[in-house]
Amino acid sequence: MNKPTAREGATPLRGRNIKTIVNAGLARRHAAERRFRWYGLIAISLGLAFVVLMFANIIGKGSPAFWQTYIRVPISFDAAALDPEGKRDPQALASADYAALVRAGLRQMFPAVEGRLPLRALSALTSSDAAYELQRRVQDNPGLIGTQQEVWLLASAAVDTFVKGNIDRSLPEAERPLKDSQIEWIDQLRAAGKIERQFNAVLFRNGDSREPEQAGIRGALMGSFFTLVVTFLLSFPIGVATAVYLEEFAPKNRWTDIIEVNINNLAAVPSIVFGLLGLAVFINFFGLPRSAPLVGGLVLSLMTLPVIIIAGRAALTSVPPSIREAALGMGASKLQMVGHHVLPLAMPGMLTGSIIGMARALGESAPLLMIGMVAFIVDVPKNFLDPSTVLPVQIYLWSDLPERAFVERTSAAIMVLLAFMILMNGLAILLRKRFERRW
Amino acid sequence: MVKHKLAPVVATAFALAGAAYAQSARDYISVVGSSTVYPFTTAVAEQFGKSNANFKTPKVESTGTGGGFKLFCGGVGVQHPDITNASRAIKKSEIETCAKNGVTEIVEINIGFDGIVLASSKKNKPMPLTIKDIWLALAKEVPDPASGKLIANPHKTWKDVNPALPANRIEVLGPPPTSGTRDAFVELVMDHGCKEFEAIKALEKSDEKQAKAACQTVREDGVFIEAGENDNLIVNKLVANPNALGVFGYSFLEENLDKIQGETINGVAPSFESIADGQYPVSRPLFVYVKKAHIGVIPGIKEFIAELTGDKAVGEEGYLGRKGLIPLPDDKRKQVAANANSLKTLSP
Repeated sequence: MNKPTAREGATPLRGRNIKTIVNAGLARRHAAERRFRWYGLIAISLGLAFVVLMFANIIGKGSPAFWQTYIRVPISFDAAALDPEGKRDPQALASADYAALVRAGLRQMFPAVEGRLPLRALSALTSSDAAYELQRRVQDNPGLIGTQQEVWLLASAAVDTFVKGNIDRSLPEAERPLKDSQIEWIDQLRAAGKIERQFNAVLFRNGDSREPEQAGIRGALMGSFFTLVVTFLLSFPIGVATAVYLEEFAPKNRWTDIIEVNINNLAAVPSIVFGLLGLAVFINFFGLPRSAPLVGGLVLSLMTLPVIIIAGRAALTSVPPSIREAALGMGASKLQMVGHHVLPLAMPGMLTGSIIGMARALGESAPLLMIGMVAFIVDVPKNFLDPSTVLPVQIYLWSDLPERAFVERTSAAIMVLLAFMILMNGLAILLRKRFERRW
Repeated sequence: MVKHKLAPVVATAFALAGAAYAQSARDYISVVGSSTVYPFTTAVAEQFGKSNANFKTPKVESTGTGGGFKLFCGGVGVQHPDITNASRAIKKSEIETCAKNGVTEIVEINIGFDGIVLASSKKNKPMPLTIKDIWLALAKEVPDPASGKLIANPHKTWKDVNPALPANRIEVLGPPPTSGTRDAFVELVMDHGCKEFEAIKALEKSDEKQAKAACQTVREDGVFIEAGENDNLIVNKLVANPNALGVFGYSFLEENLDKIQGETINGVAPSFESIADGQYPVSRPLFVYVKKAHIGVIPGIKEFIAELTGDKAVGEEGYLGRKGLIPLPDDKRKQVAANANSLKTLSP
């Protein structure tokens, strides 16, 4: 059947120049190619536009959160109020009324304010953390007692939002969180230079808080760190060993085929399934504590393992067989061949795969829901069993809170997470560029 | 074959770690439960941690009301939570599950109310709604005015529902069925709205189940849009789409008064005062449940209850009020506090 067709195909040639035939179609073919290039260009620019839009949106919303409003308040650390017995007893210093010091300082700045409600409005300018800040200062340095100091105190979230220009002062009083009188005070403080924006160290120093101005991501960062340490310590050695065994030692039979199919399948299983598994096995069966980074790390390593195994096997197959043959030919045992030659050559590829797997684990929140890591945790975790949360979960929790000031903090936390992601993926690219060998 | 030798070793290691953990008592309070109560319990937990130097700050998980009870009723012992938040009262079936697992003594604390609002962008003119209007606009099937038979909801604009309302297209953004806010909305608005119709009342007498379904089923033809659990998202969508109404908790309205307005329902506008004195019809009680058996085992539970029921937190001027919780009336609050602090348990 083939031959007649070929002959038919050849017939139109007869009597016509090949060149004219090619030329006739050339314009069309070039146009098709140009169109294809344009499609590609449009696709890429669309993708880039979305990335730029996302980054601009997040950075635009989040960058103000790295600055925080402080108010300079004169505080008199009155010995009679703080330490009436004069013994500098830590117990007495801890239970003194520091909020009264803040109130007195504010009153000193605005002596004209009278009445219960106006005074309450005045003390609402500073964060409820201001009193604890003074307490920390006195406990660190009891020498402050009896002195007069000008202290920069954390402003409340409403003041902070106003100073950042996110509250419209032309709105009716009932519709904004600040009263007319409070806005007037802020204007006066501004004119006197007693209000300013400083770097928001609180964001990196504190754990979670329900007061936006006191909320930080330290707890979530430490939780992510502990979780990832567990994940790496478990999934990297096991993943590499599995890849080496399957690629170099295991016989190729039906069993290894089944294992291979299963590993590839596991890589595509929705991550929440691993959370359910973790809940059933690690918490309910083995009785490990809920919300602990240890359990989070175990669950995430289940999720990361297939990724590392697949990347590891790909790295091993890219090592040319001649290396293996040469090593065996020189009398190396199979283990020596793998350990001395194949594994070192495959290591950059394996590391790259693991780092990408770890980056995925860092951004994961769904499986952690099941094991209790979606939680409000104030104390920064100190070890692998302390209750903790992780960065993506912190973002999720903040995004759902009513306070307006959490919007910018949510975006700021996303920026920190993105920075870590870029760092890890950049490291993966660097490793590949520096150490990968091509044959 | 290495795997086979390792498996028992790993298993024993985990079991040992677990046992070691179970023996060493947990030294912080563990709270689980409703995401609606979460913003309030977390604020109390934080204050508790700050003002009590000798106790750790409690851990508060957001698991949803049902998920919270499941964990709470799992049993007695440090691996089970001590407290659960709920945006509704505990169900009989849940009390039974609890009892089956040895959790027999439960202290119920009603911490206050949460209003559910229907809000729209401020660009839109306010619409004075009634519960009946809302039901007519959102029910899947409504009685035909002529025959009284149930027909698929034909209403396209608010004017179709009630001639006094503007001819805006009906479009309501609300939480999905997994949310406690949705449960409360159905119970407080839909269930009451349908009772204003003779046809439903008649149906209730003949077939209670069918009447209930007719009352509670929300339209699925794109008029009621399930906008996810995130209420901030609904607020943003309302600003972008001035014709739409949104259903969410009162605290989100309070935080965004410059962008959105709450619609009056049955002539009452949602406000702190109107919800507190019970005039605003769509409000629900919020609860915290405490496992009595854990008191004395986990340090600080009694002190936590004191903080939670104190005037500083749930009083008229308390800090939870600033977070959007509507406090109980004075005498009720005193009674709740007295019962809670004396650890009066639910009678089975």
